[in-house]
Amino acid sequence: MSLKQNLHNLKEKYKGTKMAPAFNAIHTFLYLPNEVTHGGTHIKAADDLKRTMNIVIMALVPCLLFGMFNAGYQHYAAIDGSLRANVLANFFTFDNFWIGIIKVLPLVIVSYGVGLIVEFIFAVIKGHEVEEGYLVTGMLVPLIVPIDTPLWMLAVAVIFGVVIGKEVFGGTGMNILNPALTIRAFLFFAYPTWMSGDKVWVYDAVNRTGTADAISGETILGSYAQNQEVIYSNWDKFAGFIPGSVGETSTLLILLGAAILVFTKIGSWRIILSTFLGAAAMGIIFNQIVAADIITESSKFYGLMNTVWWEHLMIGGLAFGAVFMATDPVTGSQTNKGKWIYGFLIGFISIMIRVFNPAYPEGVFLAILLMNVFAPTIDHYVVQGNVKKRLTRTNVKTA
Amino acid sequence: MSKDIRIKKGLDIKLVGGAEKTTKETSLSSFYAIQPEDFHGITPKLVAKEGAEVKTGDTLFYSKSDERILFPSPVSGKVVEVVRGARRKVLAIKIAADPSQGYKDFGSKEAASMSSEEVKDYLLSAGCWPFIKQRPYDVVANPNHAPKAIFVSAYASAPLAADIEYTLAGKEAELQAAFTAVGKLTEGKVHVSIGKNANSPFSDIKGIELHKVSGPHPIGNVGTQIAHIDPINKGDVVWVISPQDLLVIGELFLTGKLNFTRTVALTGSQFSKPQYVTAIAGALIADVTASNLVNDNTRIISGNVLSGTQVKEEGFLRYYDNQITAIPEGDDYEFFGWNKPVFNKISTSRALTFSWLTPNKKYDLNTNTNGEHRAFVVTGSYENVFPLDMYPMQLLKAFMVKDLDEMEALGGYEVAPEDFALTEFICVSKQPHQQIIREGLDLMREELG
Repeated sequence: MSLKQNLHNLKEKYKGTKMAPAFNAIHTFLYLPNEVTHGGTHIKAADDLKRTMNIVIMALVPCLLFGMFNAGYQHYAAIDGSLRANVLANFFTFDNFWIGIIKVLPLVIVSYGVGLIVEFIFAVIKGHEVEEGYLVTGMLVPLIVPIDTPLWMLAVAVIFGVVIGKEVFGGTGMNILNPALTIRAFLFFAYPTWMSGDKVWVYDAVNRTGTADAISGETILGSYAQNQEVIYSNWDKFAGFIPGSVGETSTLLILLGAAILVFTKIGSWRIILSTFLGAAAMGIIFNQIVAADIITESSKFYGLMNTVWWEHLMIGGLAFGAVFMATDPVTGSQTNKGKWIYGFLIGFISIMIRVFNPAYPEGVFLAILLMNVFAPTIDHYVVQGNVKKRLTRTNVKTA
Repeated sequence: MSKDIRIKKGLDIKLVGGAEKTTKETSLSSFYAIQPEDFHGITPKLVAKEGAEVKTGDTLFYSKSDERILFPSPVSGKVVEVVRGARRKVLAIKIAADPSQGYKDFGSKEAASMSSEEVKDYLLSAGCWPFIKQRPYDVVANPNHAPKAIFVSAYASAPLAADIEYTLAGKEAELQAAFTAVGKLTEGKVHVSIGKNANSPFSDIKGIELHKVSGPHPIGNVGTQIAHIDPINKGDVVWVISPQDLLVIGELFLTGKLNFTRTVALTGSQFSKPQYVTAIAGALIADVTASNLVNDNTRIISGNVLSGTQVKEEGFLRYYDNQITAIPEGDDYEFFGWNKPVFNKISTSRALTFSWLTPNKKYDLNTNTNGEHRAFVVTGSYENVFPLDMYPMQLLKAFMVKDLDEMEALGGYEVAPEDFALTEFICVSKQPHQQIIREGLDLMREELG
């Protein structure tokens, strides 16, 4: 008997039992199910949620691969600064990638492993199918944490994020907050020392602290926040040869991911564009404040306020947040008009928090979580516009 | 003043198996059946008992809520069986047709000289009332209402739909008689929509407002046309009649007899020769599709692939349908079907689906759901195929949670299940949109009247 037939027989055997969702999750991963339409439309379009999520994962792969090389590059460049003189020659090396394999892959494995176990447990307990949402979340999480994040910490955060961020609301499609960012927020507030500073962004920097081999790597935002000079060129910042969370550094590859999402019509170009517009607007406002001499060099906000507005768009997590986080259809605005407002405010508030946050010079994830909460409100007012139009039509007629 | 309508939002689903424009006269079927389910919201009170001899036009049952609404037999013959389901619900009234057909004579009438009430009474007494459906709620019209307008869609845009120009060709006299009559039923206008380039049998009809429509499906849905011509507000009622049913009404006025013969399109890839045939409403599917159907794991649908009803070969042509579609069933697994590139299915995304490359290719789609049922996740996709000025996902969610205020505010009075067929087709979460809308409309009808 073929594999197909064997699996079909097993599916029939498990039907109605507690383990059915767990079995079906694996079965439907291998085979598109044999379900046919009943009532309603007799034919269906080719897209399902698995396919949709799969596209997002594929759009993330370039960022992941780049992040693996960058893990090694930042490590070795921190030891020997001369490597930075010729980035391209020293970046795509096997040594760099090896560090990626030993540091980044475990993050991915723990994220997926722990997250999917939680999903399977909930599916079996609640008797619903294992939903695809975590396929993307599981990929996003390792890309938005510092490279040296301990694995146990990640595991705890993933459990918290999946349970509190998603499952308590009813699973994929029901959650209010972006699960990946909930995980990030948990890490940020529970273990703040591991999430900021000049050690966590470079592999092994934490271990070597206090020894003769001590190394460090401050993010660009960190440098600006302390009004320090930044050694990286604009090309480095755009291409991503800089310290930062694993997958967020390369604006170039993030834009490639954005192109994939927009072309396949999976991600909302409205949200992506308006987030960048909002960030640019806030950046320009700050630049004008500096230009008007309201803030001088003595201010602790000077460094980030004086950062040229377009530079804000390619440093920190803004691009990654705009393309992969803000576009989450479940937690974002659902109306097209709402998406413009939602995205714009994410960008606007991101830069505002980035500049004013005293403890940690980044605000993208906080801004997105904040707007996640407000997205239904935005939609409510957009939809009310349509309702009002309908009411006016009635009133005109009866008047 | 006529108003031309052009829409951009929508989707033409191009399938193989379009009917060739030749009409085969099929002989009388052995059995016919009227299924009360076709008349949504009607509770039947049986008149014709098992064993009764009926002539075409004799009442089989009437509506429990309004005894004037009669449902006539489409043929003359003998009632052989009343099929009942749970709680003795009448599922079908089966009639064995007589070899020679007799007609009940209602007497021909000149509609022009009749009053509105006389026309209404005549249509009711002859059993033509079920042809008139109402919006809101998409049910058989309530004769006590005064509709603000009557709408007829004479342009079919659904997949493989019968070409109305072809099926109604040469029937101008019947159509004129019908329009003269139904025009009396409303103080408002009778709006008829035809294709942009159509050389339509409706072109010279008097007493109607002609609209030329163009754009992708669902431009042919009467709901789309109503929304663009004269949208339904709270408290409004409009009536809707299909062109082929107007023929029956017209013929009734001209001859005094009910003739339920219509031209039916046999479409879809499982017909060896997709073409038109003549058939009477309620005919046995096997007789209508005889020696044409490839019945090997085939889904037979009375109606189109988006909003038709699944039937079996021993089932019957549904009351309002002028199309039978046969497509392959899709009850098979597909290895890694969820992530490999797809060339043989339609998609509105480009998620490794390539139907956007070949917009004119005709597809042979099967009935596979192409994925499992999920909660709503993706946003913004329905809007691209939904030409009405409302928020489809928000409306669906309001219908699902049965929030009557929201249902009303978001446009519940303006929609019918078929308006949500395209959003259901493209739905990534495979939600049953039409069923959600139908159940919500029933609730609204119950609670809001």
